Amino acid sequence: MSALTIEGLNVWFGEGREHVFAVRDLSLDVEEGASYGLVGESGSGKSTVLRAITGLVPTWRGSMSVMGEALGVGRTPAFYKTVQMVFQDPYASLHPRHTVDQVLSEVLKLHGFRDIDARIDQLLVDVGLGPGYRFRYPHQLSGGQRQRVAIARALAPDPRILLLDEPTSALDVSVQAEILNLLTDLRARHGLTYLMVSHDLGVVGHICERIAVMQSGEIVETLGVEEMRRLEAKHPYTQHLLDSSLRSARG
Amino acid sequence: MKMTDPSTLRAWLLAEAPTSRRQARASAWYVGWLNLRSNTLAMAGLIFLALLLLAAVFAPFLASHDPFAQDLGARLLAPGTDGHLFGTDSLGRDIYSRVLYGARISIYIVLLVALVAPLLGLIIGTVAGYAGGWLDVVLMRVTDIFLAFPRLILALAFVAALGAGIENAVLAISLTAWPPYARIARAETLTIRNSDFIHAIRLQGAGPVRIVMRHIWPLCISSLVIRVTLDMAGIILTAAGLGFLGLGAQPPSPEWGAMVSEGRKFILDHWWVATVPGLAIFSISLAFNLLGDGLRDVLDPKEGGA
Repeated sequence: MSALTIEGLNVWFGEGREHVFAVRDLSLDVEEGASYGLVGESGSGKSTVLRAITGLVPTWRGSMSVMGEALGVGRTPAFYKTVQMVFQDPYASLHPRHTVDQVLSEVLKLHGFRDIDARIDQLLVDVGLGPGYRFRYPHQLSGGQRQRVAIARALAPDPRILLLDEPTSALDVSVQAEILNLLTDLRARHGLTYLMVSHDLGVVGHICERIAVMQSGEIVETLGVEEMRRLEAKHPYTQHLLDSSLRSARG
Repeated sequence: MKMTDPSTLRAWLLAEAPTSRRQARASAWYVGWLNLRSNTLAMAGLIFLALLLLAAVFAPFLASHDPFAQDLGARLLAPGTDGHLFGTDSLGRDIYSRVLYGARISIYIVLLVALVAPLLGLIIGTVAGYAGGWLDVVLMRVTDIFLAFPRLILALAFVAALGAGIENAVLAISLTAWPPYARIARAETLTIRNSDFIHAIRLQGAGPVRIVMRHIWPLCISSLVIRVTLDMAGIILTAAGLGFLGLGAQPPSPEWGAMVSEGRKFILDHWWVATVPGLAIFSISLAFNLLGDGLRDVLDPKEGGA
């Protein structure tokens, strides 16, 4: 069964003369338990796809369905329990005046959980932070620790699908690897489905099995990660991306 | 946990990894307090206000005379004569005692206005900023209309409509003081509403009321608190101005503005009658300004910190 199906998605911003399409006629299908990567440079509309799925961008046409349920204009509590998102910048995605405990307990309360104390401790262990971090403020945490808290928040409602919006691009290289490994572990342990957006082919290659390459709002090519490793891209833009990531890896 | 030994209490408050909700909150307050304490001028303001508060609370014990007792035989005595520390006014009342009791009225006014006006402004500003659209337009145009009047004139109009008296003066000052707070709160809300942590809580299914009250208010409050302490001086001066014009506290109430107004008639021959309450107004305003500056250093979100 497919966890996430998108057909003919168009997303636009602005009206009249400032009207621009950020995403054009995009279709993709993510199987349950799979990990799907959306790759493209800045401004290619890849993050906008995630924002349209979550309802943060209301100006879209097309059809989207999650776990077989079609999405309308609004989003139901059941949707938020199924789909969660990890944001790009862990310095901006945590409330500066809320402790880790406040962040997680509020989310758990919103989803109607009762055994909040036990769940918070479990979530912190799951993301590799001890209970010692529970009562800290974000400014007492490093970037990687913040991103772990953000991942714990996304895991709190026990979702099936996790949308990852460049979850490592704001972090140091060494911390990037830790977070990627954590995400890989969590997927295996909780049977999660990932839709990950990144401009970094290396990161996507580490996490995802299937990749769609986007350029100015359109998918130009989809390929499996094995084909990518063998550099069997057909579209010139994909070849260009592969080239430049190889060059930066060597350099 | 042991709280008797000061060094362990300090260690408990400054712990890197707090172990309970209470400790985390106490520790955040304590760090703020340490910042404030290192600011000498702000501490001077705070200490002065604390002393004033104590003086107002214990006025019956500190006053040398009954503030309302008239003695026409001892009118307009110079400071220091006959046990009158600051002299007497035109009805022979002891000015020192009246100034002490007047502190109660000033603090009463300040507290009421400081509760009503910022709260009103916070609600209107954050709702306008978060909701956007026509609600924003309507609320902000109302704010503009209030801002277009000079504050004292508008307060005068309200008092004239509601009747003279200290409660109506408070109400009038509150009604004229909220628009700047609404403007600040709206501006803060506009910068906060599109940040990722608001998106994140929206994706957890939080409704607009929860987002505004739990997530936006805590970030607006620090700039409002700063603005309130800096405005306190203005509030006291407006209250004193209304008293001076005879529209605030009514005689024989020892309100400082009304006292200055009374003393005006004798200002050339008996300077102390107007000067002493004037000095009281000046020093409380200065104390609030100093404290406000210090609080800005502690609470300014751009400085980082808790």
